[in-house]
Amino acid sequence: MNWFKYSAPQTFYPLAGTLAKWFFAAATVLTAIGLYISFFVAPTDAQQGESYRIIFIHVPAAWMSMLIYLVMALWAGIGLAFNTRLSSMMALALAPTGALMTFIALWTGSLWGKPTWGTWWVWDARLTSELILLFLYLGFMGLHAAIDEARRADHAAALLAIVGVVNVPIIYFSVQWWNTLHQGASVSLTKSPTMAATMLTGMLVMTFAIWAYCIAASLLRVRAIILERERRAEWVAKLAEVRS
Amino acid sequence: MSTMIEAAPKASPDLIGAYCCIVQRDLRLALRRRVDALNTLVFFVIVVSLFPLSVGAEPALFRAIAPGVIWVAALLASMLALQRLFASDYADGTLEQLLLAPQPLGVMVAAKVTAHWLVAGLPLVIAAPLLGLQFNLPADSLGVLVLSLMLGTPTLGLIGAIGAALTLGLRSAGVLVSLLVLPLYIPVLIFGAGAVEAAASGLGAGPHLSLLGAFLAAALFFAPWATSFALRISME
Repeated sequence: MNWFKYSAPQTFYPLAGTLAKWFFAAATVLTAIGLYISFFVAPTDAQQGESYRIIFIHVPAAWMSMLIYLVMALWAGIGLAFNTRLSSMMALALAPTGALMTFIALWTGSLWGKPTWGTWWVWDARLTSELILLFLYLGFMGLHAAIDEARRADHAAALLAIVGVVNVPIIYFSVQWWNTLHQGASVSLTKSPTMAATMLTGMLVMTFAIWAYCIAASLLRVRAIILERERRAEWVAKLAEVRS
Repeated sequence: MSTMIEAAPKASPDLIGAYCCIVQRDLRLALRRRVDALNTLVFFVIVVSLFPLSVGAEPALFRAIAPGVIWVAALLASMLALQRLFASDYADGTLEQLLLAPQPLGVMVAAKVTAHWLVAGLPLVIAAPLLGLQFNLPADSLGVLVLSLMLGTPTLGLIGAIGAALTLGLRSAGVLVSLLVLPLYIPVLIFGAGAVEAAASGLGAGPHLSLLGAFLAAALFFAPWATSFALRISME
């Protein structure tokens, strides 16, 4: 099978439509299961009571916010290096979803901080880095929107994304570097987790749910970007949804 | 035909020659527009002077906030100065000539940033101890303040050059460049202000200054290259 077949917007457009449907379906099912586990199966935390349950949305969103930035920078870098249009469109489509996840992580984090730390916001390293990540997403989108010519916009924003990637490891290692108020990571690949198994299951299911949602939303957005950029192409004019 | 090809490299200066040539040219241009350079310094002094007026006249508070205030003001001043880095060369076509020149663009970008720092950054470093005195900083932390700005402001200029190159010729370049560049400035700000605070509290500023030096070394290595890449994107 020739995978490069789908590097052309014309062939990727219908594929993205099909994939988006499946990922949306997966997101719906997984969210339902994940929310059931997180509200009804997972036990109440001994120290934090019920308020800890926001972890089921907070942690997956925070993971996704960092992962999406890396994926976005990867696609942008591929677009810059090989001058492939679809990669740059993919990077552009990922940015708003990534910004949304960053915002959700910050918002739920502050909702969680109020009952546990007694404050909405602390200038802790991880919170601050997450805030910087939001600024980086906004900068990426702002720069792209400010340049009218699509090719220059793609390349300029790609360079910015690659420069910004330096920030993502700083977020990840900030816990070790600054060692402040924020609790250390509860889930690690090298040690056994310090949380109940059902809590971990709920969190992982929610992570996959949010993962599926992000993929589906980005695919829908990239379809819109393809239509906008290729509006003068013949194949776009022949599409059923364009003709009607 | 072949004689022309051979003659061209001989006539153009080598790397160091090109570097010195651009530094000299930019300094001469800056000397002819002295107000531009002074404006950055005046902005820096005014911003720092606004803080006592807004937070009240409490000497202990001043000493606590002085490193942060001076560093944020220096950061804003060098950010405002960024727009001058490439704008006039872009407007009169010099930048295209630089891109076409046989010397590596990274070296010429480094030269432009050097000249820009000498005009916009060094005055801030020199003025900072005076402002520190106004804020009752102890004498030994004044030295650390100068040292931290000495290491930090070139890094700010190098990182900022990437943003200035990316926003070249855009309508809203002024606001956009701050949106792009300020998040990237944050590590420098943390360790720059942190160095002065550590010195003032008697902890020793060594680690902070070392990290600032590391940032400068990394920026010296990567930023001119990234900036020349950005210039090529913006000019194509």
